[in-house]
Amino acid sequence: MSNIDHQELLVLEAGRTERHYWRDLWRYRELLYFLARRDISVRYKQTVFGIAWAVVRPLATMLIFTLVFGRIAKLPSHGAPYSLLVFSGMLPWFFFASALGDTSNSLLANGNLLSKVYFPRLIIPVSTVMVPLIDLAIGLALLIAMMAAMGYPPTVRLLLVPAFILLAFGAALGLGLWFAAMNVKYRDFQFVIPFILMIGLYVSPIGFSTNVIPERWRLLYSLNPMVGVIEGFRWTVLGDSFPPRFEALLLSAMTVAILLASGVWYFRRTERSFADVI
Amino acid sequence: MANVITATNLAKRYTIQHLARPRYTSLRESISDEARAFFRRALAGRPQADKRVNEEFWALRHVGFSVAQGERLGIIGRNGAGKSTLLKILSRITEPTEGRIEIRGRISSLLEVGTGFHPELTGRENIFLNGAILGMSARAIRQKFDEIVAFAETERFLDTPVKRYSSGMYVRLAFAVAAHLEPDILIIDEVLAVGDAQFQKKCIGKMEEVTGAGRTVVFVSHSMTTITSLCTRCILLDGGRILSTGDPSKVTAEYYQRGYSGRGAELIPGPETAGASSEVAILRRARLVDRERKPVDYVRRNQKVGIEMHYEILEGGYSFVPNVHVFSQGQCAFVSTASHGSELSPGSYVSLVWIPENFLNEGIYIAGLALSSMSPVRAFFYVQEGIMFNVIDDLNDPSRNEYTQPVPGLVRPSLEWSTEGASGQKGVQ
Repeated sequence: MSNIDHQELLVLEAGRTERHYWRDLWRYRELLYFLARRDISVRYKQTVFGIAWAVVRPLATMLIFTLVFGRIAKLPSHGAPYSLLVFSGMLPWFFFASALGDTSNSLLANGNLLSKVYFPRLIIPVSTVMVPLIDLAIGLALLIAMMAAMGYPPTVRLLLVPAFILLAFGAALGLGLWFAAMNVKYRDFQFVIPFILMIGLYVSPIGFSTNVIPERWRLLYSLNPMVGVIEGFRWTVLGDSFPPRFEALLLSAMTVAILLASGVWYFRRTERSFADVI
Repeated sequence: MANVITATNLAKRYTIQHLARPRYTSLRESISDEARAFFRRALAGRPQADKRVNEEFWALRHVGFSVAQGERLGIIGRNGAGKSTLLKILSRITEPTEGRIEIRGRISSLLEVGTGFHPELTGRENIFLNGAILGMSARAIRQKFDEIVAFAETERFLDTPVKRYSSGMYVRLAFAVAAHLEPDILIIDEVLAVGDAQFQKKCIGKMEEVTGAGRTVVFVSHSMTTITSLCTRCILLDGGRILSTGDPSKVTAEYYQRGYSGRGAELIPGPETAGASSEVAILRRARLVDRERKPVDYVRRNQKVGIEMHYEILEGGYSFVPNVHVFSQGQCAFVSTASHGSELSPGSYVSLVWIPENFLNEGIYIAGLALSSMSPVRAFFYVQEGIMFNVIDDLNDPSRNEYTQPVPGLVRPSLEWSTEGASGQKGVQ
């Protein structure tokens, strides 16, 4: 306080991209944590089943998918139990879907904060993407129990799971940044996003393995970033009968990188007007 | 002292699209409007102005000021004058359209009490969350935790979700967190107008303590009392421009003189007048009158003046005590109540109080108008800034002794003086 000349100078001007944005983001990292903690502890408040929902939802969906794709459509499972095949696809997808859905709505849900306090706006979508990680962790525990019960003991491959989750995290954040920013101005996205997620559930290789996709379409198919994620996930669970294709992974990773970079770019371009529009 | 805030030629423009239109648009509208505009241009073969009415609104224009370290700057102005916009720009919530601000030091803003409080979370959790939102580190919050809790007087309810708090407790907790922020510059919007009188006092004390530590405060308020008692300098905004700046008591006087409080020497309360009615009584009109009971809008210091209150009693059964609260320079000059209550049955009444000549000082006075009962203590109406009037003084007034400067004081009663020689010495000539 005593020596005013040594204090940093902040300049506010029209159109001035803040030079200290990333440093500010780092300074506010604790807010990131507290916001995520808020959303986690509020998530299942006032629900009768509470955290059990994190178990019930994927389990129920798994049963239905196993029935439809495995028993009725009789899609191949390459010797693996169909339920495991479905569940190993369902976990990363559920994480991606709730992360994307919540992130897209995050700015609207925190509109009050936006119009009353300054902080780097990126904090809000980033903290929101982290919340479904809790559900994912519970799902993983369930998965490992199922694997043990069905004669697929967990192997060291499981250690690679975080890498694939990171990819899903990036995909949800990248897309989520676009949607969240656009949602502030165009509320249409409130309706678009559930629709996209519903389509994604059937288009992504959740109820079936990518092997059922004709060879020549697979590369194109892998543009969907969740294809690489789910393939990788499935491989860590079921082993070498589901080898991950390197080019699919690479393509997914590239898509994620582009989504992330463009998402951050668009978000930062529009965030200055959030408080005026929301 | 060095300037910690320097704002030059600040302006903020909002675009209002067609008054009835919501602030957010739907994608369809944008696409269809763009498409229509495109076809129109294509068909016309030349660029054509968009038909859509884009009304521009300058919330701020040509605003420049600076704040020195340790100053407490007050910002006043009627609703829509641009106060909130200015605070939002200062607190980095929104960007200026033009101009530039330079800020030295850590800045925190408090535009609302309890921003980000979540009703489902406990008091303890909300302290940490709110602190983080306001920019405190978790370590700083932990260090101050006990102080915050003690200040808020909510020790027993720390682990209760705040949705079960009374509104008073909620506000106390929220303010307590904010009060323990330690920025170099603090920006506050009207948050002191919360809680009961005792808590407000505590808040004001805390604010003084904060600036005592060399911090700078920028403060918006509608309460002239708070502005004059708390601020060292004041800015009056009107229509997005700075109208005057300087000593708080002068600037607040100007605010009143220009009738910005919406008050004059006569008040006819409307639905927007706060506190003018209850289920028991309604204030219909109040005015300033001279000794012949003719309405006047100013008064000479050497004339007596009356304040008339016309009101209607809707429900009898109380001992009604009319009273006035007279303020000057943002402080209470005096309160006067009728010496005894009257049992009034429903109907219309007029109460009149005379303020004697040679009692008020020159300057602007504001009278709060009230009807109360003393047991139980209740106010049936209380219009805080009811009527406003100017007292003018004659420079030749004998009590001035040819002194031409303003005489300090909320009132300037002419008192009885005598001077005589001490211990029997006679004959002071």
